[in-house]
Amino acid sequence: MDTRDIVYVALFAAVVGALGVFPPLTLPLLGVPITAQTLGVMLAGSILGARRGALALLLFLVLVAAGVPILAGGRGGFGVLLGPSGGFLLSWPMAAFAIGWMVERVWGRLNFVKAVTINVIGGILLIYVCGIPWLALVAQVPWDKAFFGSLNFIPGDLIKAGIAAYVAVTVKRAYPLIQPAAVNQE
Amino acid sequence: MAFPTRGQTRYVAGAMIELRDIHHRFGDRIILDSVDLTIVERRVAIIGSNGSGKSTLVRLLNGLLVPHRGTVRVDGMDTRGEAKAIRRKVGFVFQDPDAQIVMPLVDEDIAFGLKNLKLSKDEIARKVEDVLSRYGLEHLRYQATHTLSAGEKQLLALSSVLVMEPDYVVFDEPMTLLDLRNKKMMATVLATLPQVAIVVTHDLDMLSGFDRVLVMDSGRIVMDGPPATAIPHYVGMMS
Amino acid sequence: MTFALYIARDTPLHRIPPAAKLLALVVAGIGVFLIPDPLWLLPLLAAIAVLFVVAQVPLGATARQLKPVAFLLVIIFLAHGAFTSWTLGVLVVLRFLLLLMMALLVSFTTRVSDMIETIETVLRPLANIGLNPAKVSLALSLALRFIPILAEMTHEIREAQRARGLDRNIIAIAVPLLVRTLRLANTLTEAIEARGWDPDPPARIRR
Repeated sequence: MDTRDIVYVALFAAVVGALGVFPPLTLPLLGVPITAQTLGVMLAGSILGARRGALALLLFLVLVAAGVPILAGGRGGFGVLLGPSGGFLLSWPMAAFAIGWMVERVWGRLNFVKAVTINVIGGILLIYVCGIPWLALVAQVPWDKAFFGSLNFIPGDLIKAGIAAYVAVTVKRAYPLIQPAAVNQE
Repeated sequence: MAFPTRGQTRYVAGAMIELRDIHHRFGDRIILDSVDLTIVERRVAIIGSNGSGKSTLVRLLNGLLVPHRGTVRVDGMDTRGEAKAIRRKVGFVFQDPDAQIVMPLVDEDIAFGLKNLKLSKDEIARKVEDVLSRYGLEHLRYQATHTLSAGEKQLLALSSVLVMEPDYVVFDEPMTLLDLRNKKMMATVLATLPQVAIVVTHDLDMLSGFDRVLVMDSGRIVMDGPPATAIPHYVGMMS
Repeated sequence: MTFALYIARDTPLHRIPPAAKLLALVVAGIGVFLIPDPLWLLPLLAAIAVLFVVAQVPLGATARQLKPVAFLLVIIFLAHGAFTSWTLGVLVVLRFLLLLMMALLVSFTTRVSDMIETIETVLRPLANIGLNPAKVSLALSLALRFIPILAEMTHEIREAQRARGLDRNIIAIAVPLLVRTLRLANTLTEAIEARGWDPDPPARIRR
C-alpha cells in the first residue's frame, strides 16, 4: 500500500458514502426504492481490484460504525451494522474483494458481459448468501420468508449490476488502475 | 511581516536549484528535452502553452518526479535519493486547494505536514497558531475545511505549506481557479512572501515584480529573461 | 465535523470517554442477546429512553434515524406473528430496538474525531501483524475530509445533467463522478507526498 493506494481506498469509501447521500431512485414498474450504494460496492471492486476495493468498503463500514451517517437515507452508527440487515452490510468488503479478484483474472479481456456476470456473482449472490442467513438467524425470521422477502430487491440489484458493469468498462478506458493477475500478463 | 526587496538575489552560499541536462518522457512523448537551468533569484515565473512541460518541470524541483535523465539539485542535494529532505526545503502549492487539503479540520490540516517532522505537540501547536494569525485564519481554526470559501481554502493550502518553513515555494497555477478579488489577495501574499517563489502561471499581469521569466515550448526553455523582454516574446509566439 | 450524527451538548453522557462508551456498547450488545424474556427488556428500553433525555438528544434526530429501520422491524414482527409466535416477535424487535438506541446514543454523544482516535488506539497493537497505524489514520482522515466534497461533487454533476434531462440517469452521474474522483486522487497523492508524509519513519533518534 503506497500513498496512492491509500488515497484510492479513502476516496472510494467516500464515493460509496456520496452515493448513499444521492436520493434513492424508485424503479418505475416495481415501485421498489433502490439506493446507489451497492453500485459503489461493485464499482470499488471492479475499478480498484480485490485488495483496495475490499479495504475501501471496510473503511466505509468503520466510518458507519463510528457514527458517520453515510448509509443510504443518512443512517449510521454501530447499531445498524448489528441490525437485521447487518449481514448484507458486513458482506460488502467481501463482495468488493470477490468482484475485484474476478476482474483481475479477466482484466485484459474485460467486457460488458463479463463485468455483468462478475457483478451478479460477487455483488448479488455473495451478498445474499451472507445477508439472508443473518436475517434468519439474528432476526429469527423463518428461512423461507427471509429468502423470498429478499427476492423483492433482485430486479433492482440486476439493474445495478448492469449499470456498474457499463460504468466500470467505460472508466477502465480512461483510467486502467488494476494490475492484471499474473496469469494474464502478456 | 517583512516586505522583501524586489530584485534582490539570494547570495546564501549554495542556496540554489540546479537542473542539468534534464530529459523526461511519458511513454513515447517527450515532455522535457535537454533542460539546463540554475535558479538563484527570488521570483521566477514559468509561462508557456498547455502541454509545454511547465508542470512536469516544477514537479522535478521537490522530487515529486525524478527525471529519466539528468540531475536536479536543491542546495546541493540530489532529488534522486534525498527527496525527503528536499520536500522540507521546497514547498508545493497546487492549483486546486480542494485537492491538497488533506484533513477534515483547518487546524488539523495545518498540522498535517508538521506531524511528519516528528515535532513535539507544543511545538506543533505553536507553529499552527503562528501561521493562523499571520494569514488571519484564527477564527476558522476548528472549522471543517470543506465549508471554507474559495479564497479561504487557497489561504489554508498556502498556510499548510508555509508552516513547514520551506526555503522555496513552488506554485502551480495558483490563480487559475480564483475570482478577481482572491487573485488580488494571492498576488499580495506572493509579493510579501520571504521565500524564493517559483510560479507556473498563465496570468501575465502578475509578473511585473518578477526577477526572471522562463518561457517554455515543447519541453524546452525558449526564452529566459526579465519580464520586460520575456513577456513580449511569449505574446509574439502565441499570436 | 459538520457531517456526523454528533449533537454538541454538555451533559454527563458527552463527557464519558469514548472508549468506555464503546466498551459498554459491546458488552450491552452481547447482553441483549442473552436475555430470553421480553419482560426484562422493557425496563432496559425505558432506561435508555431516560438516557436520551439526559443527553438532551432532540426527538427529531432520533426519529430520523429510526424511521427507515422501523419499517423493517414491523415486517419482522408481523412475520413472527404469522409464522412463529407473537412473543418471539416482541423479543426480536425489542432486542434490535435496544441495540439501535444504545448505538445511536453513543453516536449522538461522541465526536467522530474522538471516536476515530479511539479506533486508532484500539488498532495500534495490530501494528505487530503489519497494520501500519499511520496509514490507517491517513485513510480515515481522508475519507472524512472527502465525503462532503464528493457528496457536493455528485450534487453538482446532477445539476449539470439536469439541464440535459439526465439527472435521474445513474450512468450519466457515476461516470463523471468517478473520472473526477480518480483525477482528484492524482493531485491528492502528490499533495500528500509533497508535504513530506511518511508512514515508515526511521526509528526515533532521540534519547
